[in-house]
Amino acid sequence: MSTSPAPPKKVNHAGLEILPYRGGKTTLCAGCGHNAVTERLIEAFWEMGVEPWSVAKMSGIGCSSKTPAYFLSQSHGFNAVHGRAPTVATGALLANHTMRCVVISGDGDTASIGIGHYLHMLRRNVPLIYVIENNGVYGLTKGQFSATADLGAKLKTGTVNKLNPVDCCLMGIEMGATLVARSFSGDKKQLSAILKASIAHNGLSVIDVISPCVTFNDHEGSTKSYSYMKDHDEPLHELDFVPGFDDIEVEIDEGESRVVTLHDGSRLLLHKLERDYDPSNRIHAMEVLHESSRRNEVLTGIIYLDNTRPSFTDTLNLGAEPLATLPENRVRPSRDVLDQINEEFR
Amino acid sequence: MHASHIESPMTAAHDSSPLSRPPRVVNDFSIQVATMNGSGSQTANIVLMRSIFQMGVPVSGKNMFPSNIAGLPTWFTIRASRDGYIGRKKEIDFCVAMNPETAKEDARKLDPGAALVYDEPLKLNELRSDLHFYPVPFDKLTAQVCPDAKLRKLVKNMVYDGVVAHLLGIHLEEMRKALFKQFGERKRKAAELNWNAVLAGQDYAANNLRKTDPFAVEPMNRTAGKLIIDGNTAAALGCMFAGVTVLTWYPITPSSSLAEALIAYLGRHRHDAETGAATYAVVQAEDELASIGMAVGAGWAGARSMTCTSGPGISLMSEFIGLAYFAEIPVVIIDVQRVGPSTGLPTRTMQGDVISNALVSHGDTLHPVLFPSNPEECFSMAQDAFQIAEHFQTPVFVNMDLDLGMNNWMSEPFTYPEQPIARGKVLSAADLERLGGFARYKDVDGDGVPYRTIPGTRHSKAAYFTRGTGHTDAASYSEREDDWINNMDRLARKFETLRGHLPAPETEYAPGAAIGLVSTGTSRYAMEESRDQLNRECGISASLLRLKAFPFSDELGEFIDRHERVYVIDQNRDGQLLWLMRLGYSAERIAKLRSVRYYGGLPLDARTVTDQILKQEGR
Repeated sequence: MSTSPAPPKKVNHAGLEILPYRGGKTTLCAGCGHNAVTERLIEAFWEMGVEPWSVAKMSGIGCSSKTPAYFLSQSHGFNAVHGRAPTVATGALLANHTMRCVVISGDGDTASIGIGHYLHMLRRNVPLIYVIENNGVYGLTKGQFSATADLGAKLKTGTVNKLNPVDCCLMGIEMGATLVARSFSGDKKQLSAILKASIAHNGLSVIDVISPCVTFNDHEGSTKSYSYMKDHDEPLHELDFVPGFDDIEVEIDEGESRVVTLHDGSRLLLHKLERDYDPSNRIHAMEVLHESSRRNEVLTGIIYLDNTRPSFTDTLNLGAEPLATLPENRVRPSRDVLDQINEEFR
Repeated sequence: MHASHIESPMTAAHDSSPLSRPPRVVNDFSIQVATMNGSGSQTANIVLMRSIFQMGVPVSGKNMFPSNIAGLPTWFTIRASRDGYIGRKKEIDFCVAMNPETAKEDARKLDPGAALVYDEPLKLNELRSDLHFYPVPFDKLTAQVCPDAKLRKLVKNMVYDGVVAHLLGIHLEEMRKALFKQFGERKRKAAELNWNAVLAGQDYAANNLRKTDPFAVEPMNRTAGKLIIDGNTAAALGCMFAGVTVLTWYPITPSSSLAEALIAYLGRHRHDAETGAATYAVVQAEDELASIGMAVGAGWAGARSMTCTSGPGISLMSEFIGLAYFAEIPVVIIDVQRVGPSTGLPTRTMQGDVISNALVSHGDTLHPVLFPSNPEECFSMAQDAFQIAEHFQTPVFVNMDLDLGMNNWMSEPFTYPEQPIARGKVLSAADLERLGGFARYKDVDGDGVPYRTIPGTRHSKAAYFTRGTGHTDAASYSEREDDWINNMDRLARKFETLRGHLPAPETEYAPGAAIGLVSTGTSRYAMEESRDQLNRECGISASLLRLKAFPFSDELGEFIDRHERVYVIDQNRDGQLLWLMRLGYSAERIAKLRSVRYYGGLPLDARTVTDQILKQEGR
């Protein structure tokens, strides 16, 4: 009697199955864009072979901030206070600069209560992946406008937004993030490539993901709904990602695609759509963003990429070991040092 | 003596002093120097204070400065006390009036018999006649020794050091030593210039002023081996020797100099000898919310992390502190208190955050607070704070005040830490392998203190999810009533365990005393001196208890029980320390508590304490 052997379980580059990359069951609404982002994060971390114990997941408060419980169950997570995840994440990276860090925020976190921390995190180029699950409303408090709501957007109640929106990508480029992207929770391929590029990037990656709120902002008159995105999503390019550990030949058509090599050796392929786009041109990146919003288009893709600027922790002259685990003899100066200091004050 | 008997104001030029010659007062007086902010007088004042200190006489120096960079009045008081009283003395015995804007008021405020050195053109001798006047032509003397007109404003201050040295009998060689120490080797040229100014002042006084006041400095032997240092520097050193790895801060008076001192020391002593790599990280944050957020993030990820601030900063940090309490994250917060509410008197001293430190944030929160009173305790308690924070996985406050932090104090030399750096209940990958996992918030040992893992620990069972929302023992989300209550009760149990691990109060029981005095921090100096005043002047004996920490030790309850009345000394309007004591005590104990309060922004003085006690004692 013979039994057919169970098919071998699929493992990633680090030899791990996908299970440890998954998390608890989501408690968000069915159809919420955030759940799709969670799925892409699980895939991206698994496909990139990142060991879960080396990742810290951070968030603030809001629907989006609940999601770190739904992926990477073997990573430490910290659901902190509203808008201030950038500070907690910065602190965690000071303690351990060898860790990877992913912050999940919402538009309330980033564009309102925590906008100051957001700007300073950008300015510092803190090496982490900063995802903004942007739906233009406060979901958890039942549907008030957020600061990313577009001019003229309508709430379910009929209230019309009369204020200009905060563009988190524009701020990201202006203030110093080194990878700035916008995507749509419904664009599996593009979001996946962007997340993997962010994992490969050493520096701050800001990913503004339009992630519709099915309960409070998916109606006629909304500019963050599934149907609005379907009509207004304007990809800058088509993206392909080739991980550094994949030793494959990349063939591109001259003039049709660009290849960008990322910090870990991974390659990002940007295939030309209507026009050629160079994401390393900062001024141009800001121009196209302004242009697209003038035309009521939602420009998606990798809008800006700078591979040269050192990250915040790179500037701190830290050693190989994390500060968190330095032994006593490395952090407590000697008796002689104290004697010498005492003498100075005598 | 009556003022009408005085025919002409007394100056050194007059041989017949209208004041009766009082007995000499040796090593027991206060000097006040009135200058303008930004005039560079701080160096001259420290040199003067150090000179007396080097003669073996106990001293303290207090800088009363405005919230301003240059131009507003500032006063520096030095107290010399052979008996070792180093709290502020209310009365000024010897005044140096250098600021034309305040000179008249400075002169008017003096008690009869005080000495007054002043800039001759101010003609302060015309205001009253019951002082010992010493006019000095400061500008003329300064011009003679300082050809560079731009430097004269600074050098002028050294001239009064020379004058005062002569009048008080301060040994010139000690002043020279103090001056050259202050300027350091690198500024030798500047030191020489300033030293010439001292000599010019001394020379002028010797040839033109006749001493008529009773105040004198004579050598003693009560300062040998001691240091002169401010509390902020001492606390910074404590943090460095505690092995701090992350400092995140936002500038605010009076705590900025703590951060700056720490940054300087870390730069000097905390780089790897071989690689030059830093064994610390410092971030000047965008605001106090960020500084505490970073400190909490770093504490969570395993650093010995801290921030330092003052009252307004604590208010801003409030939400994060509640999170750190509830999520059980070690972090040290040093609060150098200043006068509030609001911006208040930002450069004056107060103990206004006593309740705030103990209770800050929303919901049920309780925090350990340490109360250092001198530089040695700033040094040792900064280290205690890190040990407690990591052992109990909670925010720990070090409650200082501007008087302690920014003023210069005599101090015993710091002693090298005896205790090894203890990281508390941290599970390693090997522990997890042995245990097969862990529950983050489970009370395994019955002391309320759970086990934690450091993010980055290489084990599949190391991770847990930290949240400010309700959670179970295993750190999963829960809104269940029993989970919530169990967790809050465990946190209360942890706080009870903590009570026994804090620095014990210092008590001095006076035999048969009906009254006891209780204080924290810098109030001790006024308390101790007041105890002696009560005894000497009124025959009242009083016991003392100095609290070093909250939650209060059981010894405080015993102390209350053993006295009929207990005076609780507060440097705030509302009696915050007393309120905190009321929270935990029976009606019987509360009935014994009396309040002594001062809230004018100056360091507390003994006379104020004594007067308030005598009034309540019906004397």
